[in-house]
Amino acid sequence: MIAALTLLLVFQLVGEVVARALGLPVPGPVIGMALLFAALLLRGGPGENLRQTAGTLLQHLSLLFIPAGAGIMLYGDLIAAEWLPLAAALVGSTLLAIIVTALVLDALVKRRKAGEDALP
Amino acid sequence: MTPRLTELWVYLSASPLLGLTLTLVAYQAAHWLYKRAGYHPLANPVMIAITIVTAVLFLSGMDYRAYFDGAQFVHFLLGPATVALAIPLHAQWPRLKAMAGPLVIALVVGSLTAALSAYGIGALLGASRPTLMSLAPKSVTTPIAMAVAEPLGGLPALAAAMVILTGVLGAICGPYLYRWLRIGDHAIRGFAIGLASHGIGTARAFQVSEQAGAFAALAMGLNGLLTALSLPWIMPWLERLGGR
Repeated sequence: MIAALTLLLVFQLVGEVVARALGLPVPGPVIGMALLFAALLLRGGPGENLRQTAGTLLQHLSLLFIPAGAGIMLYGDLIAAEWLPLAAALVGSTLLAIIVTALVLDALVKRRKAGEDALP
Repeated sequence: MTPRLTELWVYLSASPLLGLTLTLVAYQAAHWLYKRAGYHPLANPVMIAITIVTAVLFLSGMDYRAYFDGAQFVHFLLGPATVALAIPLHAQWPRLKAMAGPLVIALVVGSLTAALSAYGIGALLGASRPTLMSLAPKSVTTPIAMAVAEPLGGLPALAAAMVILTGVLGAICGPYLYRWLRIGDHAIRGFAIGLASHGIGTARAFQVSEQAGAFAALAMGLNGLLTALSLPWIMPWLERLGGR
C-alpha cells in the first residue's frame, strides 16, 4: 500500500511540475492522472498492489470532499444575497447538463450501433 | 465551562487532531446512514457529512480555518486520488476507444450546456455580473473553477461554493433523471454525471459501478480541460452579445 501511495504521489508531483513548467490551465493531479494512464497503457496494466490502493481511495472519494465542502459555511452571506438566481441557475443548469449530455451520448451510441448492424 | 474544561478545549481546538477526527467521524456517520438507506441518492454522504461538520463548527464556535488545519490531511488526499483515477480509466480503455467519437461530441455539447445555461438562467433572474461569472464554471473541479472565474470578474470563493453545491445536486438528481430518461448504460450514466458534477458526481458513480466511475472520471477530466480553455473567451463574447 505504501509503495502504491508513493507511486501515486510521484505521478502527482511530476504532473504538478509539468503543469507549472508548461503553464497549463489544468491542475497538476489531472496531468498526473494522464501520465499514469499513459504509463499503464505502455506497461499493460497496474499491479495488484496499485489496483487495491486505488480501489480503496476511490471507494471513499466522498470523504475527501468534506473539508473543502464545509467551507461553504463561509459564503452564507454571499449566497443569501442572491439566493434566487443562484438556486435557479444551479438546479436548472445542473439538470440540463446531465440530461443533454446523456441524451446526446445515448443517441450517438445507438446510431453507431444501428450503423454497424446495417453493414453487410 | 469549568476552567479545566476550557483549558482542554483551548488545547484541542489548536491541534489538528480535532478537525481531522471530526471529518472522519462525520464521514463514518454519513456513510452508515447512506448504507442504512440502501445507497439511496437522497442520502448523499458528502451532503450529510458537510451538514454534520458545519453544524458542529457552528455550535462549538470553532473557526473554519482552525478546523481546516486538521482536515487538510484528508483534503490533501484528493491529489493522489485524482491520479488514481487512471487505473479504472485503463480498465475501461477498450470501451473508451470504441466510443471516442460520441464521447467527444457529448463532451463539447454538455460542457457548453452547463456553462451557458447557468449564465443564462442567472442573467434572466437578474444576478449581478460577479455572480454570473462565478456560476459559469460551476460544473468543473474546484481549482479549475476558481482559476477560471477570477480573471472573468467572478468571485473565486463563491465559485468554489457553487462547485460543491452543483456536485451534491447532480449526485442526488442523476439517478432519478436516468430512470426518467430510461438510460441504463453505466458508461453513459457515468459520463454525464462526471461532466455535470465533477468529483462529487464521480464519487457517487464509483459506488454504482467501476464502469460508471471510470467514465465519470474521464468526463470530469476532459470537461475541466475544455472549460479552462474555452470559458475565458466564450464569456466576454457572450456578454457583448447580451449587451451587458
